[in-house]
Order: sequence, then structure tokens, then C-alpha cells
Amino acid sequence: MKTSQNIASQPSSVFSGESLLLLALKMRTFIALFLILAFFTFMVPGFLAPSSVVIMVKHIAINAFLALGITFVIITAGIDLSIGAILGFCGMVAGWLITKGIVLPMFGIAIFPSVWLIVPIVLVIGGLIGAVNGVLITRYNVAPFICTLGTMYVVRGASMLLSGGETFTGLSGNEQLGNTGFELIGSAKLLGLPYAIWMMFILAAVIAYIAKRTQFGRHVFAIGDNEHSAELSGVKVRSVKVWVYTISGFCAAIAGIVVSSQLVASHPATGVSFEMNAIAAVVLGGTSLAGGRGTIMGTLIGAFVIGILADGLVMMGVSEFWQMVIKGVVIILAVIIDQKQSRLQHKAAIVQQK
Amino acid sequence: MSQANADIVIRAEKISMIYPGTIALNEVDYRVYRGKVNVIIGENGAGKSTLMKILAGVQQPSKGAIYLNDEAVSFQHTRDAAAKGIGMVHQELNLFGNLTVAENIFLGREKQHGLMPLDTAEQHRVTAELMARLDQDIAPSELLSNLKVGQQQLIEIAKALADEADVLILDEPTSALSKTEVELLFKVIRDLTAQGVSIIYISHRLEELMAIGDYIAILRDGHFQSEAQVKDIDVPWIVREMLGSDPVSTFLKPGREFGEPVLNVKNIKLINEMGLTLVDDVSMNVKSGEIVGVYGLMGAGRTELMECLLGLQEYSGEVEIAGHKVPGNMDTSERIKLGICLVPEDRKKNGIFPISSVSNNMTISSLWRRLKHRFSIDEKAEAEAVTSAIGDLSIKVSSPDIEIRALSGGNQQKVVIGRTLLTSPKVLLLDEPTRGIDIGAKGDVFNMMVTLSEQGIGVLFSTSDLKEIMAVSDRILVMSGGKLTANILRSEATESALVSASAQGL
Repeated sequence: MKTSQNIASQPSSVFSGESLLLLALKMRTFIALFLILAFFTFMVPGFLAPSSVVIMVKHIAINAFLALGITFVIITAGIDLSIGAILGFCGMVAGWLITKGIVLPMFGIAIFPSVWLIVPIVLVIGGLIGAVNGVLITRYNVAPFICTLGTMYVVRGASMLLSGGETFTGLSGNEQLGNTGFELIGSAKLLGLPYAIWMMFILAAVIAYIAKRTQFGRHVFAIGDNEHSAELSGVKVRSVKVWVYTISGFCAAIAGIVVSSQLVASHPATGVSFEMNAIAAVVLGGTSLAGGRGTIMGTLIGAFVIGILADGLVMMGVSEFWQMVIKGVVIILAVIIDQKQSRLQHKAAIVQQK
Repeated sequence: MSQANADIVIRAEKISMIYPGTIALNEVDYRVYRGKVNVIIGENGAGKSTLMKILAGVQQPSKGAIYLNDEAVSFQHTRDAAAKGIGMVHQELNLFGNLTVAENIFLGREKQHGLMPLDTAEQHRVTAELMARLDQDIAPSELLSNLKVGQQQLIEIAKALADEADVLILDEPTSALSKTEVELLFKVIRDLTAQGVSIIYISHRLEELMAIGDYIAILRDGHFQSEAQVKDIDVPWIVREMLGSDPVSTFLKPGREFGEPVLNVKNIKLINEMGLTLVDDVSMNVKSGEIVGVYGLMGAGRTELMECLLGLQEYSGEVEIAGHKVPGNMDTSERIKLGICLVPEDRKKNGIFPISSVSNNMTISSLWRRLKHRFSIDEKAEAEAVTSAIGDLSIKVSSPDIEIRALSGGNQQKVVIGRTLLTSPKVLLLDEPTRGIDIGAKGDVFNMMVTLSEQGIGVLFSTSDLKEIMAVSDRILVMSGGKLTANILRSEATESALVSASAQGL
């Protein structure tokens, strides 16, 4: 009799320990964020001074735009490698529209659209490139990795072609042409915070809302979890996927506008390998590359962890080479912990169910 | 109990298997008789798979001892078990279609020494011997993908025999087989027992167990329930021991009434890319409040017919749902809105969203019905719908936020059915709704189908189990080779008529 009691009591104590661990694992990105913040606050004097925090968050915002955009793609078990190139291309298009205008050779004139027109044009272009990715992937069954690798090269080449490899400078526009104000996107502030930071939080809120409260969001998760089931349940798998890549391209365009506005110049090589940072942020935030699992909040925190780690190491004077090593280690650790968590979570769910 | 007995090949004593928070097996004593078919049965979650995995060395028990021929053994790995002559054939076939029969049989233990090339001749010789033993005319060099499912099952058995298995564990070996293939398998099993091989046989199909079994052991909730010789017992006894009470065997009340047809199908034809006709000119209807069963063997075209109705395949022919003509190119989501819904056959592959919550699994098809301002999901209405569906279908779940993969098969199936019900269907298609779920859950599923039909829903379900189709259909359709070969009222149907219709043109 005694032995059977032991059998019964043993699991419950194991479970309570495990549930604590599980909670810690679930909150791991938060915990990592606080640990990193605490570490740098201790190591770097003035790390949390308002001015340096604002600069840091401005850096983070760029990566956050890309990461927020790509989160849906990754939740559907896809990947988008072209976002860095789209960022660069969209910056170039904006720069071209401001400095050269829309040239109509047959009339011998050039139309210089105002910034109010340029921004939506660029956003639509970004979205369209994403849509092309989506169509190639769904209609022609190209694997997302290969497809977006291809478009990455095409789009990067196109931005080089736009200027012959040159940089468009002086994007503040011309008073007489009525296309001034582009640089304000990057430099103007609202309530003491740069626009870019506000935009990051607004975009995060919108995407989080889409993820949680719309049919589209549910469909995205459903596709990532089991595409066959999704199809049988009446999810329009193809159209949802096209939209997912469109959103990714759109968000990359936002980032492209913000970057070129902050620099008041657009260079065709801007954004090279930015997609890797974005993917890292998404994965750090607990989104599974296998699809079906992920949160927008996680992605945002992931972007913060990556950004603070990068800037903090710079402020500490750690060499660029070591920075890369450390970033890589953090990403791999994050994935190992993620695996551990999902196993524990599954176990806990079964225990709860019994 | 521990006395030596020459007739017992394996004796497991007080086997316990403890997972964190749950006891899968609790001090189970189990005996396997030499040269006999030892049937083991129990509801899902009763612990029979766990016990078999322990015997085959897949898992190690938390407690207890296993005696093989009265000698204590412990298996750390399937290889240890195989070395002692215990082989297991899993429910899912572990074979490779791109390899030959011989290569499949010798995979992982190829006849090869040092740097010498594979001894293909020897492998083929042994394979040919095994095929002769199984009385099969299959060439060792045949590609596995060219074999029928039933033959592939036998290759799995040959694999175990190649290891000189003395004890063969067969886990639901007939779940994918047709009736003739089952008979073939039974013949092989009888031959093997005559050769002195002991068989442990797991299945949910009670008639099969009665036909093939010598000894039967019943597990219930991780405990050893009872053991008997099959010749001394009958089906109701098994069910009583498994469930603890007699289940309902008739589901339909007399005097059922039907309304207008809710599903009308004319001349549906489906030809696949390889030019094979999978659904051949099928016309039929389902009336409101009627349960129509589609009986047929594997590959008779039942699944494909349902896929056509749901717009998952490009077919020719006319479909009318609840009086609306459905254009052939209308997509699935639009059809669902018209009132047709499918509970698919392969729950794992096509039914559930494993890592999503029970709640999200249930509402995914019907989100459009609960929108605020036609845009955002009304979470309150959603939670209410989920709670009431969990109650109506008596789904055992601790919280709707739990991942669905933590549920048992029967409960997962109920969640999938709940998903279709939340769309308020007029026609409900259920493709093999009872596959892989235990008897208790089967009864629940049937009762639910009857309740739904009484609410005016037309139900079309498919099964390859005669007893099931007789128990719960108002009208029975039989398919064979893509054609509709019978359309009979249940009251006029006989089992033999159904069987002969299902074999027409084969």
C-alpha cells in the first residue's frame, strides 16, 4: 500500500516544480531583457540616461518593423529573406522620387510628388513586392526560402540599378518643388519621442490586434499548425499566404522610409543582412520556425533584446568580432530553451488533462 | 502465479509505468501463451500500447519484472528485445517505398562485412525464404511502393521474422486492410502460430478478436482487468469487461421522419492526374434528418467523393447544397457557409491543429459567424460557443485553452465534430468518424449523429465496418471502385448483400 502512495504523491511534487520552471521559461524573453538591462546598467555608466535610451530604441525600431512584419510569415512556417533588400529598394525609390521626380520624357517634364504621395507609393511598392513573393510561393509552389532568396537578389540588384550604385543625397527636398518634409519622418518628435518609436509601438499594436482578434490572424496560426486541416476547415490558404508576404513587404517598406529619412539619404546597399536580425528577433521572441506558435509581444521584446545587446556591447567597448560571437550564442541558446519549453508545456498540458 | 509453466513464453509481473502526474500502468500482471494468439484489448488510454512498448523495449517500465521463458530480462532498447526474439509491428508501417522488399527487410542490419559490398544474393535468398514462409508470391527485388497495403503489412511481419522473432506483437494490423487482406493476414497468423510463434494481437475490432484470438486479456484504466480463453467468452462479455457495462447497440428510434433533400448530387466524376477514375458517375441525395451511411473498402472512393462535395478536388457533375446550386469552382469556405461540413478521416493529418488550443481548434471554421462590426472576433461569443459545445458533446477537457494534442483520440474527434457543428451545417459529412477511437467514444459519436439528425441535419458518414453501418444508418450506400453499387434502406439491408455490393467489379 505504501508504495502505491509514493507513486501517487511523487508526480504532483514534480509537477509543481515543473510548472514554476515552465512559467520561467515562458517569461524567458522578459527575463533575458531584464538581465541584459541590469547587466549593462551595471557595466556602462549612464546606460539608462534618457538620451541614450531614446537613441537605442530608435535603432531597435528599424529591426522591429522588419521583425513585426515577418512574424506572420514565420508563423505560417514560411520565411522571407527579401525584407532587407525591400527595405533598401524602398528607400531608393523614395530617394529617387524626391531627387529626380517622375520623369515624363515625352513631355520633357518631371513631376515631383509631395511627401504625402511619396510615402504611400513606396509603401504600396513594398507590399507589391511581398505579394509577388506570396504568389510565387502559393501558385508555383516555390519553397519560401528559395523564392525569397531569389527576390532578395532581384530587388537588391534593382536598387543598385536605380542609381547605378550611387547614393541619393539631400532628401530634405526643395521648397520650390513642394516636396520638403521627408526628413521629418526620421527626426521629428511627438511628446519628446521620435516618430519612429511611436510608429513601432503603433505597428506592434495593430499587428498584435490582427493576430489575436481577426479571422485573418487565426487563419495564419491555423495554416502554420496544420495546412491540410486549415484547407478542410475552409481557410483560404493561398490568399492568406499572399497577404502574409504582402504584410512583410509593407513593413519592410516602412523601415526603408524611416531609415532613409533618418539618414536624409538613400544608399542601395542599405539593409544588407537586416533580415537575419529580424529573424533572430522573431525566434528570440518565442515564435517557432516550424510554424503555428508565436506572439507579437514576443517579437517586440526579441527586437529589444537584440538591439540592447548590440548597443550595450558597443558602449562597453566590446570588439565588433566578439559582438557577433555573443549574438550568435544568444540566438542558439534561445532556440534550445524554446525546445525545452515546448516539451515541458506539452507534458504539463497532458498532466493537466488527466 | 510465479510457478514455471512451459506454456507461457512471457510473464510480466507487477509492471508499473509512471509518467509525471499520471500512472499509465499500475502493477499489471500479464502472460503471453506460447504458440497462441494472445489478444489484448482495452479502451484508448487503458495502457495496452504502453505495455506493448515495454515488452518490445521501446520504453522501460518504472517498476516490475519481465520473464522470458522464466528468465528475468530487461530491455534497454528495441534491439535488446529483438535479440531475445520479440518483434513488434507498429500500427503505422515503417517501410520505404523507394527500396525493394529485400532492402526493406534488411534495413539497418544489412548482410555486409567490412568493406565488402552488400551481399544482395544472400539477402534475396533469405527474403525469398520468408516470403515462402508467409505463403506470398512477392519477388525480393520488387519495389515496396508497388505492393498493396496488405502486402506491405506482411513485409513488416517478415521484417520481424527475419530477426527470428518468437513473439510477434501486432498493433492494430488490420486498420488499413480490406476484408480479403484481413483474411490473408489471419491465414498468415495461423500458419505462424502453427510454427510455434506466439502472437500478441491488439485491435479495436471485436469480431476479429473473436475470430483469431486464443487468449484474451483486458486492460482497464492501467489495471489488469481480466483474462480468458476466447472460446469461453462472447463479445458482450468483452465489452462489459472493458467498459464495465453493456453499451447501447441500437441507436435509431423507430419511426424516424425526413424532410426535403439537403444534399443533391448528380453524376459526380473525379479523375486524378494519373487518369484513374476515383469517383465514377455517382448520383445520390441526403434528406434533412436522415443518416446515410456509405460502406466500402479502402480505396472505394468514399473519401474522394466527400472531397468533391467540399470542393477540394476538381470534379465534374452537379452538387446542390440546401437548395443552392454549387458551381464547380466554388471554394471550400463558401461551401461551408452554404451549410456543408466535413469531419475528415485522418484526424492527425487533416483534422486537428495539434499545437493550437481546443478553443481555436473548434472555432476556426465558424469565425465568420461571430464577428463584431464584421471585422474583429467577438471573444465573448466565441467563449460561450466553445463552452456550450464542450458541454453538448461531453468533451473531457480541463480548460478550452489547453493544446488539443494533450487530449485522447476520442476527445480530439469530438472537438473536430464540434468545429463542424459551430458552422450550423445542414449537411454533415463524416469520413470514418470512428477510426482509432475506443468503443465508449464510438457510442458517443453515434449518439451525437442521431441527435443531430433529429435536429434536421442531413448526415452522410462513411465506414468500412459493417456493424457500424447497420447500427446507425437510415439508408446505406455502397461504393466499389468509385461506383455506387447499392442504395438500400437499412430495414431492407442484409450484411451479405452489402458485402457483395462492396466487392462488385473488383
